Amino acid sequence: MNAVLLIARREFYAYLRSPLGASIIAAALVIDGLWFHLQGMSRPMLSAEVLQEFFNGASGTTMGAAIVLSMRLLAEERQTNTFTLLNTAPVRDVEIVLGKFLSAFSVIAIMTALTLYMPLLILVNGKVSWGQVGVGYLGLLLLGSAAISIGLFASALARSQVIAAVIGAAVLVVMLLLWLVARAVEPPLNTFIARLALHHENFRPFMQGILELRGVVYYLAVTYFFLLAATKTLEARRWR
Amino acid sequence: MIEIQDLYKYYGERRVVGPLSAKIEKGEIVGLLGLNGAGKTTTLRVLACDLLPTSGTVRVGGFDVVEQPHEVRGKVGYLPDRPPLYDDMTVHEYLGYAARLRRVRPNDVEKRVSDVEGMTELGDVRRQLVGTLSHGFRQRLGIAQAIVHRPDFVVLDEPIGGLDPIQIVEMRGLVRGLRGEHTVVVSSHILHEISETCDRIFVIQNGEILWSGREADLSTQMEQGMRIRVTGRVAGVVEDAARDRLSALLIEVPGVRAVEPRDATESGDGVASVEVVAESDVRDALCRALVAGDTAVLEVSRLRDLETTFRALLEGSSS
Repeated sequence: MNAVLLIARREFYAYLRSPLGASIIAAALVIDGLWFHLQGMSRPMLSAEVLQEFFNGASGTTMGAAIVLSMRLLAEERQTNTFTLLNTAPVRDVEIVLGKFLSAFSVIAIMTALTLYMPLLILVNGKVSWGQVGVGYLGLLLLGSAAISIGLFASALARSQVIAAVIGAAVLVVMLLLWLVARAVEPPLNTFIARLALHHENFRPFMQGILELRGVVYYLAVTYFFLLAATKTLEARRWR
Repeated sequence: MIEIQDLYKYYGERRVVGPLSAKIEKGEIVGLLGLNGAGKTTTLRVLACDLLPTSGTVRVGGFDVVEQPHEVRGKVGYLPDRPPLYDDMTVHEYLGYAARLRRVRPNDVEKRVSDVEGMTELGDVRRQLVGTLSHGFRQRLGIAQAIVHRPDFVVLDEPIGGLDPIQIVEMRGLVRGLRGEHTVVVSSHILHEISETCDRIFVIQNGEILWSGREADLSTQMEQGMRIRVTGRVAGVVEDAARDRLSALLIEVPGVRAVEPRDATESGDGVASVEVVAESDVRDALCRALVAGDTAVLEVSRLRDLETTFRALLEGSSS
């Protein structure tokens, strides 16, 4: 079996065996459900607006879950010394990083799939555009992938899971708040900075069911950048 | 073969290893002996490609650890001082995972895992979760993961750490069993352990090789003489009188510097023990002197005070 899949499979089973994976999924579903009820079903709204609110809430839980899931990926291995097994096996650092990424992404994908009952509930009392549902879910997966890669990079940097979570959350919050920075900056730099924000301008079109190539490329680029940074961090650690 | 040429490793400004040069032949079991912080673990980590050297050349099986780390890792099995074990896997799953990571062909994985479970006597716990294993079994599993892919080189960092005496004997047997098929590098700070297991010893201090050779050479070189325990029986006297009689006979033997009284190593009327400090191996002369003095010879054995020897070596280098 390919080393990436081998590592991904082991990590995925580790999520299933420990209470961590199930707890995160359960917590995210509870928060998503409450958000859906309070924001989407407590006042008269169009179905498309309810769906938009649902994706808005789900984007928050996806980012939070991604950081918590990814904080352990490398930091825990280093804490328990199991990283030596990977580090001394004929496996490239990029394969380690990709395997870890895939495992966390699988959990996020399952978690996201389990929220599908909420758009189906809208269908009961309203009209849902399947295009909006599909694009919204694609956005959630892309956002999740970017957030996991940020968390994985933090996990490569830190020795402890808690510090990894703090670093990951800090990077994520800074990237989220770039739209605020953009407001304080003169044109044309403000447009550029706003485009870099993790959620605001890049995620809104997905919520509305508008598939923009720019948004897809942005999330893929963020994912690639942080996965590359995590790989380079692992490579650099061998010299320390 | 492992070739190390002018290896240096720095952590920041601090030199941990170097200059260190050594050559280890195929099939040898070599021991790295040194106190804690001497640089043993760092040297082993470089051999296992867990860490890259600051400078110098290290070639394992003809491959350079900096230029061809992937090839080196495929040829080396490494047991760090804390075995890298996943507590949430069973022993069998874990070994299968380790084998696949080390590129064992899928069709061979089951057989290799079964073989290594048999070799390390893990068969009875193969379905048990790693997290529930005793310390001894965890060490065995650590060795099993290091040899599951039948590497040419096995690097073991303090494999007997924390084991009880019975487990130590078993582990010693396990390491000796690797001779021939694998080239083994094992580290320890216990000289006795290294001398029991290894063909050759490298004594390391401050990241440098202080001495290398066979254990017997080390003892001969450092002791500059020999200590011999003698137990004899003098009929019809009490232990103290027997000890005096032994001392009087043995001190007259040419080459004997001193005779020191010791507690008798066995019980019985007229049985006494002494320790002889001699310039060379005078055991045969001691036997003859005792027999000539009408004393029964119960024991004449050379004492190997390896720890004292090791300490003398280290003190000699620091002075």
